[in-house]
Amino acid sequence: MGEGVDLSSVSIDFGNFRAVDNVSVEIKPGEFFSFLGPSGCGKTTILRMVSGFLDPTAGQISIGGRPMNGIGPNKRPTSLIFQNLALFPLMPVWENIAFGLRVRGIGKAERRKKAEELLRIVDLPDAGDKMVGQLSGGQKQRIAIARALAVEPKVMLLDEPLSALDLKLRQHMRAELRAIQERTSVTFIYITHDQGEALAMSDRVGVMSRGRLRQVDTPEMIYNAPADSFVASFVGENAVMDGAVEGYQGEFVRFKTVDGVFLGRPGPGVMPAAKSRLFIRPESIRIGGQPGANAVSTTITSVVFEGNVISIVGHTAGGSHITTQSTNTFGSARPQVGDQATFSFDPSEARVLISEDAAKVPAGGH
Amino acid sequence: MRGLVRRYGLALTAIFIGISAFWMLALVWLPYSIMVEQSFRHYLPFSQIGGPTDVYTMANYLSLFETSAMKDLLGFTIPITVYIFLTTIFYSIVVTALCAALAYPLAWYLAKRAPVQTVPMLIMLLIIPMFVSELLRTYAWFILLAFSGPLNVLMELVGLQKVRWIAGYNGVLVGMVYTYLLFMFFPIYNSLTSLDNNQVEAAQDLGAKWWTVHRLVAIPHAKAGISSGCTMVFMFAVGSILVPQLLGSPSSRWFTEVIIRTMFESQDWNAAAAYSFLLLLVCIVFVSLMMRVFRVHLSDIAK
Repeated sequence: MGEGVDLSSVSIDFGNFRAVDNVSVEIKPGEFFSFLGPSGCGKTTILRMVSGFLDPTAGQISIGGRPMNGIGPNKRPTSLIFQNLALFPLMPVWENIAFGLRVRGIGKAERRKKAEELLRIVDLPDAGDKMVGQLSGGQKQRIAIARALAVEPKVMLLDEPLSALDLKLRQHMRAELRAIQERTSVTFIYITHDQGEALAMSDRVGVMSRGRLRQVDTPEMIYNAPADSFVASFVGENAVMDGAVEGYQGEFVRFKTVDGVFLGRPGPGVMPAAKSRLFIRPESIRIGGQPGANAVSTTITSVVFEGNVISIVGHTAGGSHITTQSTNTFGSARPQVGDQATFSFDPSEARVLISEDAAKVPAGGH
Repeated sequence: MRGLVRRYGLALTAIFIGISAFWMLALVWLPYSIMVEQSFRHYLPFSQIGGPTDVYTMANYLSLFETSAMKDLLGFTIPITVYIFLTTIFYSIVVTALCAALAYPLAWYLAKRAPVQTVPMLIMLLIIPMFVSELLRTYAWFILLAFSGPLNVLMELVGLQKVRWIAGYNGVLVGMVYTYLLFMFFPIYNSLTSLDNNQVEAAQDLGAKWWTVHRLVAIPHAKAGISSGCTMVFMFAVGSILVPQLLGSPSSRWFTEVIIRTMFESQDWNAAAAYSFLLLLVCIVFVSLMMRVFRVHLSDIAK
């Protein structure tokens, strides 16, 4: 059974550069938690602090309620899966898996037995005597998981382990990882810049940017109710419109743009004074509707066939590009480039969010 | 071969092969063949060479076992030349082991721990002493290790007994380790730089303590470098002449000194050739042993 990981006000400085800035999050025992963010956002640094390779400059990391200050990586109940896997090329597969047992002084026969057991768990029962170099990318992946599981960790830390695989294999391994996590009920902390991975596998996702944790929530909430402009634009596609909050109307705010006034659901911290933007997901935009009622007239500038969907981009008079997607139904009529079309959306599916630089202020800057 | 011709043309290919062949045949095989052939013939006055007494013989090799002077070694009384031969091999192995023990931590530090910007500087500091000739550096050690030299003065200052450094094999060991350390350092350093840091961290993360990381991950990775360094240092040490002559004492003869004496004092080139050939055989045995022990191929050592 996994253990919880508590980060409380964790910061780390490299010289003058603050790589992780005041991050607090409580990861529950047995949870699949993802840190999602662009490269350089500090997510790998968090992972290295949890595994014990880096010490936070400030703040506290606890695993299973025990503070981890001064405890080295070889004494923490964590197992790290490296981005390049870092399998030992000079050892056969079974010795790779049993490495953690070997350094704990467990005898050869028992190590071998345990390795075979883990090889069955990762579905590679006959690979024990092969060398690492003889395996394919996906097989190496599984060996790395087996090696990390062999020491019976309370927390598994995964540093973008799927990034080197091709698309099909990556999708397959997603399901596999999730299944292994559910079977072993070990806490998984997963680092990725791929929103698809984070959304598909995780119980909860923490979105990071420039060292800060922007939002921690379920994948559904991250996608449907992003907390600020960064989260909205990093996760999924949006039509974005600039403007300013004019006033309130029930649960919505009136958002004034050069193309008119639209109603949208306000995100945290939105008020007339704060700089904010309007975000609408492509799937929330319909073609048609009456101008004035959350609708805008556009000129179609591109129609792209993408297989299951057709992406249609319209250009508003005010200069915004708005993308909508319509499902590809056989024989359905689609607009042509140059056509005039009205795009409309439901106020509850449009979000007014503070922009990224403004988002810094309420979170408490430097 | 055909590939070479297609790539460089017939003339260039002929030159390449010609130069390599000249090197191998005229500079390696020919002198060694002459040496080996000479080692199986008697040492004769010029007029008798080619005469009826000039026959093939094992006498030069057997002269090693000449019993006019004997010496005790581990309870056995053996001919002095055999004694020198065996102690030379033994102390060469000691030098090799000392070099490896010193060079590995140094190489680890420079390859994995030192801040990247300082590494070129530190390596320069290691190389600069090599700008001075081996002769001068050995003389410097002669002065440092002298009974009234700086090292003993320093030891007296901190309240230690003076040590007669240049007695027995002490001076020879110090001098050789100093002279050949870099030949051990660079191959190990090169092999350690190619070790992925993640492998070290993965081992630590799986619970390995620092020495286990070295034993199971770093040393196996560096074994090609270690074996190549060991081979070089051992061959240099066994064949060394300057250090044993300057830093040796009457009780610490090196086998190369026996060869030189036989060659230039006794003028017996045939016996000297036999002794040299023995030394060559020792080196070949050592290289094959290294390949066995470290389970590496000749191509790894030659890197």
